[in-house]
Amino acid sequence: MEDKDKKIVSLHLKLMPYLEKYGILLLLVIMILVMHILQPDVFLSWRNVTNVFKQISWQSMLALGVFMVIVTAGIDLSVGSIMMLSLMILAVVAKAGAPWYIVVITPLIAGFLCGLFNGLGITLLRMPHPFIMTLGTLYIFRGTGNLISGGTPISGFTDEVRYLGHGRIDLQWLGLEKSQYLPVSLVLIAIVYIIFWIFLNHSKTGKWIYAIGGNPNAARASGINVNKILVIVYSLCGFLSGIGALILAGRTDSGYPNAGLQSELDAIAACIIGGASFFGGRGTVLGVFAGVMIMGILRNGLNLMDVSSFWQQVLIGSIIVLAVYVDVLRRDLGTRK
Amino acid sequence: MSATTNPLLEAKGITKYFGTITALENVNLKVHAGECLGVVGDNGAGKSTLMKVLSGLYKPSAGSLFFQGKEEILESPRDSQNLGLEMVYQDLALAGNLPIGENIFLGREPTKNLGFLKLLDFNKIKELTNAHLDKLKINVKSADQKVEELSGGQRQAVAIARSTAFNAKVVIMDEPTAALAIKEVGKVLDLINSLKKTGVGVIVISHRMDDIFTVCDRVMALFQGTNFAEANLSSTSRDEVIGWIMGKK
Repeated sequence: MEDKDKKIVSLHLKLMPYLEKYGILLLLVIMILVMHILQPDVFLSWRNVTNVFKQISWQSMLALGVFMVIVTAGIDLSVGSIMMLSLMILAVVAKAGAPWYIVVITPLIAGFLCGLFNGLGITLLRMPHPFIMTLGTLYIFRGTGNLISGGTPISGFTDEVRYLGHGRIDLQWLGLEKSQYLPVSLVLIAIVYIIFWIFLNHSKTGKWIYAIGGNPNAARASGINVNKILVIVYSLCGFLSGIGALILAGRTDSGYPNAGLQSELDAIAACIIGGASFFGGRGTVLGVFAGVMIMGILRNGLNLMDVSSFWQQVLIGSIIVLAVYVDVLRRDLGTRK
Repeated sequence: MSATTNPLLEAKGITKYFGTITALENVNLKVHAGECLGVVGDNGAGKSTLMKVLSGLYKPSAGSLFFQGKEEILESPRDSQNLGLEMVYQDLALAGNLPIGENIFLGREPTKNLGFLKLLDFNKIKELTNAHLDKLKINVKSADQKVEELSGGQRQAVAIARSTAFNAKVVIMDEPTAALAIKEVGKVLDLINSLKKTGVGVIVISHRMDDIFTVCDRVMALFQGTNFAEANLSSTSRDEVIGWIMGKK
């Protein structure tokens, strides 16, 4: 009996590293299976799967940006507002008749500059916590967006501008039907996530971002310019929100005042579900992707089953608490206290 | 150690103010190659501030630093590292979420080129780490182990390994044995002795007379931010040094 217990314990110890790394993917697979059993005809259909990816496309950009910030033990509450401001600037520039290549680049620059503003504010003004700076800019950026647009929606963009959010890659040459296309936004998610995975895991700057989250004093003592890295991180977060704005412009064909309202909270939720730690230094790009997918699939699946959006809120909230509790448990097992 | 050779590191007239507080006033210090200088003093005597000035973390309000006879102005820890001046902090300054190897090379990671991209060379980090840990006879399970999984003594060993991985000429250690179990203290002191043999100048800040009298060649005492007393180990005693700490000569 005791031998059997020992075997279970050692198996458990061998599995732990894998669980820690890929546990969140396991949860994602289980969710997909459950949804498939509950909705066998619809859920895994081409149309619905591409739909899920289109729905998560811009959130996945915000989540990736917020994730980098969370790795440094910071927080960015302003990503929804950055996206809205970038979208409004895009809309105004588009309405002014600028050529498409200018229109496409404006939200990226606007987002980057907003993030730069956050980063400089946090470091130069020595804000006691990024929460405060980005809470401030949450209001500042959204207010500015409304000032620029007059608080009214601006609609109607050209196809080039809408390409990333609305474009389709035809797969008929593979012998598939016309309805079985690949959304451009799905390809974009893949490319952006792979680039940032390489950046965070295989570049010096990426390693330093994790080091700052693990122990900012260690990073400073190692000669790393912590403030410079923080400014880079917040700027990149703003830039990704700008990409989100470009995707949203394509999807909705409109710049509207409520764009990205509360989406900063969705982005944070996706990071937390995906295993990022608020104390910094922990979490993976793959985990964030899984977190975004889990939230997207949950919303999509519950919509398919006609569950009210109120229940969706309750469920997403519960998953956040549960995911973090699982994280607490596995940390207890893995770390020397 | 003959006092006639040029000191490796010399600090002259170091003064440091924090607002209206005077942390250091006109402090002098020198250390020679292969010598171990012990710095003692009560809490608040200015030991840690002095070390942070030497490592470039604080800029002195007045005074100058000479390295191998040449005056140097340190703007950041990177400047002192480039000179071969390394610091082992009391709070260890290790990132617990990173593996041993990545901590040792933090800020100075070897890279390889992949097209136009400069990527971290994890194989090289591992290789260099293992070789360096072997050289210092530090035993850990693997260079891939995260620092948060290590014991206090192992962490101290990693911090010392980190400070010596880049041909350090002077290593400054702030309370290297403070957080250690008794059997781990001996290992760390052995490590300091082997550093001295390779010609490294070592500065040890410590409260523990045992440490000072095991590894140091010379001892100096700070009292209320000023030089109070200094002597070769052979010409002083524990009781006298303890008296200096209390401000008695």
